[in-house]
Parts: sequence; structure tokens; C-alpha cells
Amino acid sequence: MSLEPTPEGAQLGSPAEIPSSPEKGMFGIHGTGDVSGFGGLVRPRAAVAGTPRPFGGYFDEVYDALEEAYPGFADAIEKVVVDRGELTLHIKAERIAEVCQIMRNDESLRFELCSSVDAVDYLSSDNRRFHLCYQLTSMTYRRRVRLEAAVSDGVSLPSVTSVYPTADWQEREIYDMFGVVFSGHPNLTRILMPDDWEGHPQRKDYPLGGVPVEYKGAEIPPPDQRRVYQ
Amino acid sequence: MTSQTTSEAGYAAERETTEGRVFTVTGGDWDTITGSIDPLSNEKIVVNMGPQHPSTHGVLRLVLELEGETVTQVRPVVGYLHTGIEKNLEYRNWTQGTTFVTRMDYLAPLFNEAGYCLAVEKLLGITDDITERANTIRVLFMELNRISSHLVWIATTGMELGAISMMLYGFREREYILDIFEETTGLRMNHAYFRPGGVAQDVPDSAIRKIRDLLVYLPKKLKEYEALLSGQVIWQERTQGVAVLDVTGCLSLGVTGPVLRSAGLAWDLRKTMPYCGYEDYEFDVPTATTADVWGRYLVRMAEIRESLKLVEQALDKLKPGPVMIADKKIAWPAQLAVGLDGSGNSLEHVAKIMGQSMESLIHHFKLVTEGFRVPAGQVYVGIEHPRGELGVHAVSDGGTHPYRVHYRDPSFVNLQAIPAMAEGALLADVIAGGASLDPVMGGCDR
Repeated sequence: MSLEPTPEGAQLGSPAEIPSSPEKGMFGIHGTGDVSGFGGLVRPRAAVAGTPRPFGGYFDEVYDALEEAYPGFADAIEKVVVDRGELTLHIKAERIAEVCQIMRNDESLRFELCSSVDAVDYLSSDNRRFHLCYQLTSMTYRRRVRLEAAVSDGVSLPSVTSVYPTADWQEREIYDMFGVVFSGHPNLTRILMPDDWEGHPQRKDYPLGGVPVEYKGAEIPPPDQRRVYQ
Repeated sequence: MTSQTTSEAGYAAERETTEGRVFTVTGGDWDTITGSIDPLSNEKIVVNMGPQHPSTHGVLRLVLELEGETVTQVRPVVGYLHTGIEKNLEYRNWTQGTTFVTRMDYLAPLFNEAGYCLAVEKLLGITDDITERANTIRVLFMELNRISSHLVWIATTGMELGAISMMLYGFREREYILDIFEETTGLRMNHAYFRPGGVAQDVPDSAIRKIRDLLVYLPKKLKEYEALLSGQVIWQERTQGVAVLDVTGCLSLGVTGPVLRSAGLAWDLRKTMPYCGYEDYEFDVPTATTADVWGRYLVRMAEIRESLKLVEQALDKLKPGPVMIADKKIAWPAQLAVGLDGSGNSLEHVAKIMGQSMESLIHHFKLVTEGFRVPAGQVYVGIEHPRGELGVHAVSDGGTHPYRVHYRDPSFVNLQAIPAMAEGALLADVIAGGASLDPVMGGCDR
């Protein structure tokens, strides 16, 4: 093996590989190719601290209403973060569907619309690397709140499709892009990538580019193997 | 061979296998065979509509299960236009991101840019520092873009439901708006015009004159469209009572925009959660109560008129002033100037950084190659796109590149509603229902 460690995405069956020689990368570049000059610096990401009460605005009302309506509240909530005028409730992953159910049904919460579900890969800054973010919108009260649930690689969490059917495709996209498995999802298959694709492209250890592209009867090699730009 | 019997006439032997009933015909009499098969249970066929089909707005594939002309099941298949824009964004600096996101939903590029820029500005905490003129230009161009997007909708939907001339008219008028975009941004589509901190260039007077002309020209044309479509029996038959989706259906499936408003809920983020100063404009949120394709047609036609009102107000509000934030650590130092070859840098600026001020050169170099840093954190911004809520979830780790940007594109979410609209209806209504969602696959697949 070369001096460079093989990226995890490649071990997971991704067809891509980082350039074999640490001296010469894609297009004949040296090092990481990062022109910003910050490529070699590893910036430790500070853990997001919880916000003490009062949160301000409607955030306290939402927090209290959820606490009142949900019996397992103390166990399910990990922390509350208020940042840039947005409320984020960090929820234990295994409780996420229950919490969504309360958030939708309770009449003092009424988050009728699940605007968006997506994931962020906090590789190397959090052991539970995948953070699922549920952006809920209350049309009754004109409020937004974000639920965040963290899981580590290979751990599944409950699907919220029974509460918000709109999450169906969005959870499929997360499975496709990150490999997070949602238990109870009606049809958890790839949605954007081809069905036989290997690897999950949005993972931080999955490289950009360098994936051989197949055409009928011909294969286009990754950029670094086409020619050397010196 | 599991079992073998001979039919009455003695010609065809049949046997049951795991794949179904198999007939062995010898010198056959087809009538006796076809007569013994139940016609209803064998009429079910599966049809692939797309991904290359003129009425799928790009590369949408619908797997339809039909019984006669009735659709029993629809399975939309997307992903044929996936370009990995979200992944690419993580390898470019924050300013460059706008060039990528504009390519997502190619009929509403300025909305993609606006959502992105608003998210970056919120992360930077500079939302309130965006100049009055920059915000007004954003509103002006977003509303022009909404009109051009709705014109394409009416054009393509007209074509799909048999009104071919509507397609020609719709695209003709859209071209007028694209001319305005070209005059201002240099490009008909994929503008990268909105930048974090403001807009790339000021609007030239020639473009303002063209917008004024449009305000006179388009209302007449809208009347022509309505004269062509509204009273036409075929248009009414193809749209009224077709592809109904009520408010409950819309909310559970996450459908927003004109489709939700056609069901009667006046939910428009420009009103309910304003941004870019929309709270200072006078406009109505058109709704219908029919929840069908007809209602979506009425809502979109009314929205074009509301957008014209907004454009007019934005023009009146447009006071001279800077179009970029004052902070030199975010705003690019040079404005582009058109050279003899039609493009180029500002020669004045090049002369300054190369000849007079080393600090300016360093600053320019750092800002252009490395970009500015954005404090760590995450935000979600939702804006009212022609097709519904466009959500941008942007995450920064404190660096010069986005850590993660996710687009909640309304085309992607709305397309989930096709089975709910089309199952149990006729095949022709799948076309009408799909068209009424106005999906753009570039945005759906990103």
C-alpha cells in the first residue's frame, strides 16, 4: 500500500481511489491541490454547546409544549441549540419518529409540514458521524424548528414516513448519498444514483471525481489516469 | 411438466408452470385458446413512459400499470439528471457556489441563487447589511424569473394538452424576459448574478427600459392566452376535475407552491415568512378551491399578474446606491468591465493592483483564490420558488468552503404526488397531472 491511507469510501466498495503516489496527484499536482493554503491544516471542530434557557422568541413555547405533550421528553432530548435565530432540538435517533408524531399532532405545536430532511456527515469530529436534520414548519403558528438526530455508521434509525409521507423520497436520497438506513421505510432503495452503484457519494471520505464513467462499449478513466499535466 | 390436459377441440395442450399457464399449439385453432382466457385479468400491461418522452419535462420516467386506459399504479423514477452539484459545492469557495446552484433548476436559476445567497448571508450574520438596492434588484429579478418560469409552464402544458400554439406564444414571451436577463447578467440562463453580499453587477438603464416595455406588453398577451385557453372546451375537459389533490394530501406529501394554493391554502413564503424585503410590497396571494389542474392554471395566471405588480413596485423603489455589501472582506474588489472582445476585467482595477497598491493585490488574490471564511454553524432558509418552497440547508465548519449544502427542491418533493393524483384516473390525465406539478428535472435530481 502507498503512504496515503485508503479513503474509507473506497473500502466500502467505492470504485474510486485516491492517486497512488503521494508525490503526484490528479493533473500532476503535488500535495492536496488545495490552492487556499489551508489544506494541510486540520481544524478541530468545536463541539456545539447547548444553549441555556431562556431561548427567546417562540423557542421557549415550543420547548415547553413538547415537554408537556411528550412523556419521554427528558430521555429523548439531548440538547437544545439556538443559533442565528434558529432552534435546533437534538433528539435521540431512536425517538425521532415519536417526537415527529407529537410535533405534528399536538395542538400547541402543529408542525404540519416537514419541509426538508437531509443529512450531514461530521466525519472525524463526531463519533456518531451522520446527523439527520428534519426541518419542520408549522403553518398554523408560522414557526420553524429543526430536529437533529445523530447516528454512527451502520446504525439505523426509525423512518418518519408514517408521520410525514413526504419524507419518503428524502430518506431514500439520504440512504443513497450517505448509506443511512431507515427502519420501517416502505421502499428504501437508491433514488438518484444508479441502482447498482457502489458507495455513498456524499460521505466525506468518498472522493470527488476519479470515478470511471461507463459508456456503451467504452470506459472513460478517471482524470488522473488520462494524461499527466506537467 | 406439472400437469397436462387437452382442450376440448383437442388442438392445444396446456400445462401449469411456475411462470404461468403455457399452451402448446399444434395446428391450432386460436379461438378456442383465446376464448378460454379470462379477458379482464390478462389486460393489465406495464408501460414505461420516459425517460425520453416529450411530456415528461426532461428525463422523468413513469412506470405505469394499466388496465385498459385506466392507470392502476404509477411509480415515478428520477435520478437521470443527477449531477452531484451538492458534492461539488464542498470543493469550491463560498462565492463560487452560486455558479453551481444556478444550474439546478434551470427554469428558475435566480431562485436557486437567491436561496443560496440568503443562506450564506444568514451564516455570516450580514442579512441586515445587504443594501436596499441589492434587495430590490433581487426582488425585481426573482419576480421576472417567476413570470418566465410560469410562461414555460403554460407553454409546455398547453402543448401537452393539445394547444400547440400556446407553446409558441409562451416561449416567445419568455424570450423577452431572457433578453432582459442577458442585458443585465450577460447570460440568458445560469446567471450567477446574485452573490453572497449583493448582486454581481448593477442593472443597466437599457434593461430597465426593457422591463418597462414588458410591463405594457405582457398584460395584453396574458389576455390573449386566456382568450385562447379559458373558454376552450378541450382545455376545460382536460383540466377540470383532473388530478385532484386536496390540502391534506398536499401537506402530507409536502407539496407547496401553486399546487397547494390551488387547493385553497394561501401559503406563500413571501407573505408568511418574508425575506428580501417582500413585506414592503403590495401583492395578493391568488388561490383557487378546485384543487385540480384547472385551479393550478388559474393560480399561475393570476401569479403572473401579481408578479408584474411586484416588478412595477420594485422599479419604483429602485434608488441609486451600491449593489454590493460595503464589507471589503466579502465583496469582490473589481467590477467587471466589457472589453473590446466582449468580456474582461476592469482595466482600471488591474492597473491599480498591478501598479500602485501591493496591499490591494494581496487582498484581491486572497479573496479570489481563497475566499472569505464563514463562521461555523448551520442555517435553513426557505424561499417561495415558482414551484413551491425552495429550502437551502447550509452548514459551515468555519472554513472558506461550504461543509455541506442541501437543496430541498420543490420539483423533487412535489413529484412524489404523481401517484396520488394519477392512480385510478385515465392515462391522458397522468400527462395533465404531471404537467400541473411543473417538475423541472434539473432541480429534482440536482
